[in-house]
Amino acid sequence: MATVGPLARMARLGSSICRNHRLYFNRSTQRRGIASCVDPSHGLTDEQKEFQKMAFDFAANEMAPHMSEWDQKEIFPVETMRKAAQLGFGGIYVQPEVGGSGLSRLDTSIIFEALSTGCVSTTAYISIHNMCAWMIDTFGNNEQRERFCPDLCLMDKFASYCLTEPGSGSDAASLLTTAQLKGDHYIVNGSKAFISGGGDTDVYIVMCRTGGKGPKGISCLVVEKGTPGLSFGKKEKKVGWNSQPTRAVIFEDCAVPVINRLGEEGQGFNMAMRGLNGGRINIASCSLGAAHASVQLARDHLLVRKQFGETLSNSQYLQFKLAEMATKLVASRLMVREAATALQENRSDAVSLCSMAKLFATDECFNICNDALQMHGGYGYLKDYAVQQFVRDIRVHQILEGTNEVMRMIISRNLLAES
Amino acid sequence: MSGRVLVGVKRVIDYAVKIRVKPDNSCVVTDGVKHSMNPFCEIAVEEAVKMKEKKLIKEVVVVSCGPQQAMETIRTALAMGADRGIHVEVTGKDYENLGPLQVSKIMAALAKKEDVLFVILGKQAIDDDCNQTGQMTAALLDWPQGTFASELSMEGDKIKVVREIDGGLETVKINTPAVITADLRLNTPRYATLPNIMKAKKKKIANVKPADLGVDITSRLEVLRVDEPPQREAGVKVETVDDLVARLKEAGRI
Repeated sequence: MATVGPLARMARLGSSICRNHRLYFNRSTQRRGIASCVDPSHGLTDEQKEFQKMAFDFAANEMAPHMSEWDQKEIFPVETMRKAAQLGFGGIYVQPEVGGSGLSRLDTSIIFEALSTGCVSTTAYISIHNMCAWMIDTFGNNEQRERFCPDLCLMDKFASYCLTEPGSGSDAASLLTTAQLKGDHYIVNGSKAFISGGGDTDVYIVMCRTGGKGPKGISCLVVEKGTPGLSFGKKEKKVGWNSQPTRAVIFEDCAVPVINRLGEEGQGFNMAMRGLNGGRINIASCSLGAAHASVQLARDHLLVRKQFGETLSNSQYLQFKLAEMATKLVASRLMVREAATALQENRSDAVSLCSMAKLFATDECFNICNDALQMHGGYGYLKDYAVQQFVRDIRVHQILEGTNEVMRMIISRNLLAES
Repeated sequence: MSGRVLVGVKRVIDYAVKIRVKPDNSCVVTDGVKHSMNPFCEIAVEEAVKMKEKKLIKEVVVVSCGPQQAMETIRTALAMGADRGIHVEVTGKDYENLGPLQVSKIMAALAKKEDVLFVILGKQAIDDDCNQTGQMTAALLDWPQGTFASELSMEGDKIKVVREIDGGLETVKINTPAVITADLRLNTPRYATLPNIMKAKKKKIANVKPADLGVDITSRLEVLRVDEPPQREAGVKVETVDDLVARLKEAGRI
């Protein structure tokens, strides 16, 4: 056996050198200091704290060291996501009998918030994948659940969600992709836009029109990659979310078996809206993680950077700014967690609360990350520093899963309906 | 023998935390500070669980000494795959004064009670860096020890241990029952999976007091003072070698 002399001597010399070796490179990005007001483990059960700790460790060790490379080289980190799936992150709120982890929406929010501190873009994709797995688990029959869910929960297969089209974004119910019944197949024609994972994923949950105009004519089909007539547009070049490919998904006389339809015809839009409630909490949770990481980075920077003879942390303006950032972060977190609980319990205010939480958290967290970037001064603008990636990655959270304008529509409708 | 393994785990201040000394210099600040399982203990748990998965041993029992919070550390070990836990309750001043000698007496008592094949511990804790508990436990039990293990294998009823020593690697074969301490390169601890964290909730953690085991935990040591390491001071530049020698003499260094 090869001698390890000098290394072994170092290893025995003192604990400061031989702290758990896989965690070496993360000291700078993950300085966990005295438990503070923004500690995300406040108020959680012991079990939730275990999930969270594990997710934070995974994020720090497996994601954070690569987040910049994945962004700059536009790498879809399949192996890392599969590692995450092995831990149960592939179908967090999918039922255990088909391979899921069977956890609650709140557990899910806590997990995505923690994972996001390692890489927002990858975590956001994992959350979309989870939503797709959940849709099949919830709306599919047993045959469909057994056919698709186990592979999705392990991430042996990846999923994409196709609702948006070039002509219908916020006005989702006006979608034009058609599915005409011919014998035991639907012939699908149309195209979907901005599909996360599109072209690299295996299973596509597609909302298409089987009936007349409006929401009641929409059904949900599961389309598998390799089906003749299914093709993809070019990979889009984005400001952020670069660790997931985004492409148009094109259907040209694509024949999809009727047994791939989830539920009955005309139920698709309902499924989409129900899926989006959870999706909104997930995306908001990703924003929370980015904001949390950014607050830590800003705090560390203020304690180190000196100007005018003292550290920036002595500036009252910056102290107050940091306090405001922390306050908005905790407020956002509380809203998101409450919305998760409401959704889990099927409360009557769940839909509005999910919309409010998504609106509030994505807006506030973007501002937090942006303020954190500002506090870094010129360094904040360099790609060597993580804060700019958090800003770029969460900017889109104010747009997708329902724009924040649509969130306002939902909330105002709820308010004005009671007249 | 039972095919049972006892793993000792310690709850310590998380490795990434900046340590602060209390203003009265009595001890380090622990209130509100993030704690986690000692990294070498994680490695010990991982090794035991791996051996169980390879069917070399039958049961992994994890033990931790301390106040209520020690249960968190035991649960983490259960989530990694240990079968059951033992929480030895030590609180307040007793806990502040708890050191390797007392812990090894507890471990020795439990090792005999549980009729174990071997005891495995982390080689040292990252808070006190004592590197004594494993060795003392073996001495109290008069069992062979395989410390600083970077590789472990069962050979019949003996254990082959590759130890990391100053000169390189030493391989020893020891009889069971024995005490092993885990070094850094023994393995890479797994992440607990979500299903395992949930299963861990159902696993049993027994609660015992040191007195129940017939162990006296009074400390023979008294901590007089805790200080931060001296702040690094600015150096001084000198012009000539003579100057340097004079300065060194002045400072009493030569």
